[in-house]
Amino acid sequence: MLQLTGIKKSFGNIQVLHGVDLDVKAGEVHALLGENGAGKSTLMKILTGILQATSGRITIDGREHRFANYDEAIAAGIGIVFQEFSLIPYLTAVENMFLAREMRSGLGLLDRKAMQARAREIFARLEVDVPLDVPIARLSVAEQQFVEIAKALSLEARILVLDEPTATLTPTEVAHLFKVMRELRKQGVALVFISHHLEEIFEICDRITVLRDGEFVGSCMVSDTDTDRLVEMMVGRRIENSFPPKSGPRPDARVMLECEEIQLRKGGPVSGFELREGEILGFAGLVGSGRTETALAMLGAYPAARCKVLVDGEETRFKEPAEALAHGIGLLPESRKEQGLITSFPILQNISLNNYGKYRRRHWFIDLRKERACTEAAMEQVRVKAQGPLARIDTLSGGNQQKVVIARWLNHQMKVLIFDEPTRGIDVGAKAEIYQLMRDFTAQGCAIIMISSELPEVIGMSDRVCVFNSGGIAATVEGEAITSEEIMTHATTGRDRHVA
Amino acid sequence: MSHNATITETKQGGIGLGRILHSPLALPLIGLIVVSLLMGFASENFFSVSNIMNVLRQVSIIGILAVGMTFVILTGGIDLSVGAVMALSGTITAGMMVNMGLPGAIGLLAGLGVGLGLGLFNGFMVAWGRMPAIIVTLATMGIARGFGLLYSGGYPISGIPSWVSWFGIGRVGIVPVPVIAMVVIYALAWVLLQRTAFGRHVYAIGGNELAAKLSGVKTRRVKLAVYALSGLTSSFAAIVLTGRLMSGQPNAGVGFELDAIAAVVLGGTAIAGGRGLILGTLIGAILLGILNNGLNLMGINPYMQDVIKGLIILLAIYIGREW
Repeated sequence: MLQLTGIKKSFGNIQVLHGVDLDVKAGEVHALLGENGAGKSTLMKILTGILQATSGRITIDGREHRFANYDEAIAAGIGIVFQEFSLIPYLTAVENMFLAREMRSGLGLLDRKAMQARAREIFARLEVDVPLDVPIARLSVAEQQFVEIAKALSLEARILVLDEPTATLTPTEVAHLFKVMRELRKQGVALVFISHHLEEIFEICDRITVLRDGEFVGSCMVSDTDTDRLVEMMVGRRIENSFPPKSGPRPDARVMLECEEIQLRKGGPVSGFELREGEILGFAGLVGSGRTETALAMLGAYPAARCKVLVDGEETRFKEPAEALAHGIGLLPESRKEQGLITSFPILQNISLNNYGKYRRRHWFIDLRKERACTEAAMEQVRVKAQGPLARIDTLSGGNQQKVVIARWLNHQMKVLIFDEPTRGIDVGAKAEIYQLMRDFTAQGCAIIMISSELPEVIGMSDRVCVFNSGGIAATVEGEAITSEEIMTHATTGRDRHVA
Repeated sequence: MSHNATITETKQGGIGLGRILHSPLALPLIGLIVVSLLMGFASENFFSVSNIMNVLRQVSIIGILAVGMTFVILTGGIDLSVGAVMALSGTITAGMMVNMGLPGAIGLLAGLGVGLGLGLFNGFMVAWGRMPAIIVTLATMGIARGFGLLYSGGYPISGIPSWVSWFGIGRVGIVPVPVIAMVVIYALAWVLLQRTAFGRHVYAIGGNELAAKLSGVKTRRVKLAVYALSGLTSSFAAIVLTGRLMSGQPNAGVGFELDAIAAVVLGGTAIAGGRGLILGTLIGAILLGILNNGLNLMGINPYMQDVIKGLIILLAIYIGREW
């Protein structure tokens, strides 16, 4: 029914999809599988007209289509339920379903009855009972998802994409969703299902397509494969040697930071970990598995249900990151532009931002000369390539921007640094330099927590790895056990499996 | 040798015309010059020393209010309560002196205390209460105005010691005292913004509050401080006002918050925060004052003056909207 062949996509000179095929039949649930950044979302955006492919063909029922925008894709019978819903919280289910194409009566007023009736008809088809007259915000996440699905169906969608629909659902809700999906399958709708949870794929899907690093790895029937084969397809055999050698913590290394217990949400899993002197502790897991939230909660920047942290053996509760800084703990956030840098400041003030104590004059005033000298030294240390300390931040490459953030922290006497996606959007050369800086930092007896979605990076850099799954640490692996398969298995399958 | 020469040259080149044109002060300055010249043509008295001093004296109250407003707007906030806080502060000062017969100094300190207290209240509600500044300060505006009317029964409190008038109409040489006060306050504000860590943090919060917070800036404390400063400058303005009117006027300063915001924005400060210079605010305030003065000198209908001022502000913001 739906065929995508040889889809390629480049942003500038970076190619993100290298000729991907996807073939979905009417009345089947087709899983689209791959790690973070494998290209699933990009492919779905191309299918729904949000992005345009650089080359490749999209055919529906044998007819070729080129979608210039989202509306054209909808008109061709494609519906998508995004991970982040696009519903308006204060409107009812019916109002949301018919938003911007409201039915009108003869007088040009809203024909509420007709819309209600149509909505009921669709929900009856899904065999679900969703309250139609209350604001969407009062519905559960699952019910909102059904409204999204109903909305797509009201647009005569014959191909329905569900982008990680189960990520925020409880097991009962997932069961209900699967019931709805089976019903739709019976009615001949083609479903594309994106999920990281392999059990779900075995439960609901008929066929699977796997992507890796923007490449098409293969398609197969679910009945012909198993978890290990799938993980291997997703992870592949990659050789990466750009990492400086691991030194590892000394055997007698003391614990610098201990998170005795952390629970992000009430009722969620409780986990804990230790960070030792001279160590790089990787935080692996899927996006949304609670890695970043755990780090932020420790610093007092995320309201966790429970969080008990010991610094050098002493219990400490940080109310804001400034207090963590006073204890020598700092964070390099994942999104440099939004969370790391003050883009209206030049390099100079971005580096000195949190360290005016270092160059005070007569207690109150900034010693501008000393500030400049310190900044230049810090820039030198991490080798920021820029015109000078007064260069604007937005003239720098991603790698140099990241180095500025690193320099900000090296300008202090820090003990623990938390790197969140340290090399996202950074070219290969700068990556190697950043890895080296991280190693240099731990060689001085400091410690690093590295949150990363890049498996090679996690494997190449970490002395130990905490694998996150559904808001908690599912497993901690060490030494030889740090392999892609091991990490992906813990990240994508049930929380009850343990390291052998 | 030649290397040194190059550096000096670059530095000198940096102070040239190009740098002035690229400075955020360029547009406000051009506006000031254009409007001054226009007024000079329209009225021959405009460029007389006495008229210039007169303009500056008239500007001083809005100018002082606009200092605190600049700090607040630089963090990305807004303070709508400055006019009402000024009125309450002046009313309390007069009330202490007249009704309670307390020494003048205590009256002045009480007025400053009122301004500082309400500013701290605003800051606390915004930073710790995590409420939008526009709502918090709107509420404070109502509260302050209401208290002033309650305290005074709605009538001006007159009969304050005559020395207080020095703050409003006194002169040092030919320079009016309010103008000196304004200049001193601007100078202090410049030092705070450009030479202290606090000032940098003010800009950082307006530029990217989340990044500032995550890198360890005590964002809540800085926000508390800027609203407190705004309350404090409101009560400084109140002292000038009380001295000029020789009474505590509970109804004074209605709409002054809007003039103060206009001065800040005309001075090139981004309403979303993060960018702007205190000197720009001074220029903006003077620009507004010249408009008021010039339109008066030209004998234009006061109702029409409001229309013209509104249009000029709109035009100025439109021209400068890039940054």
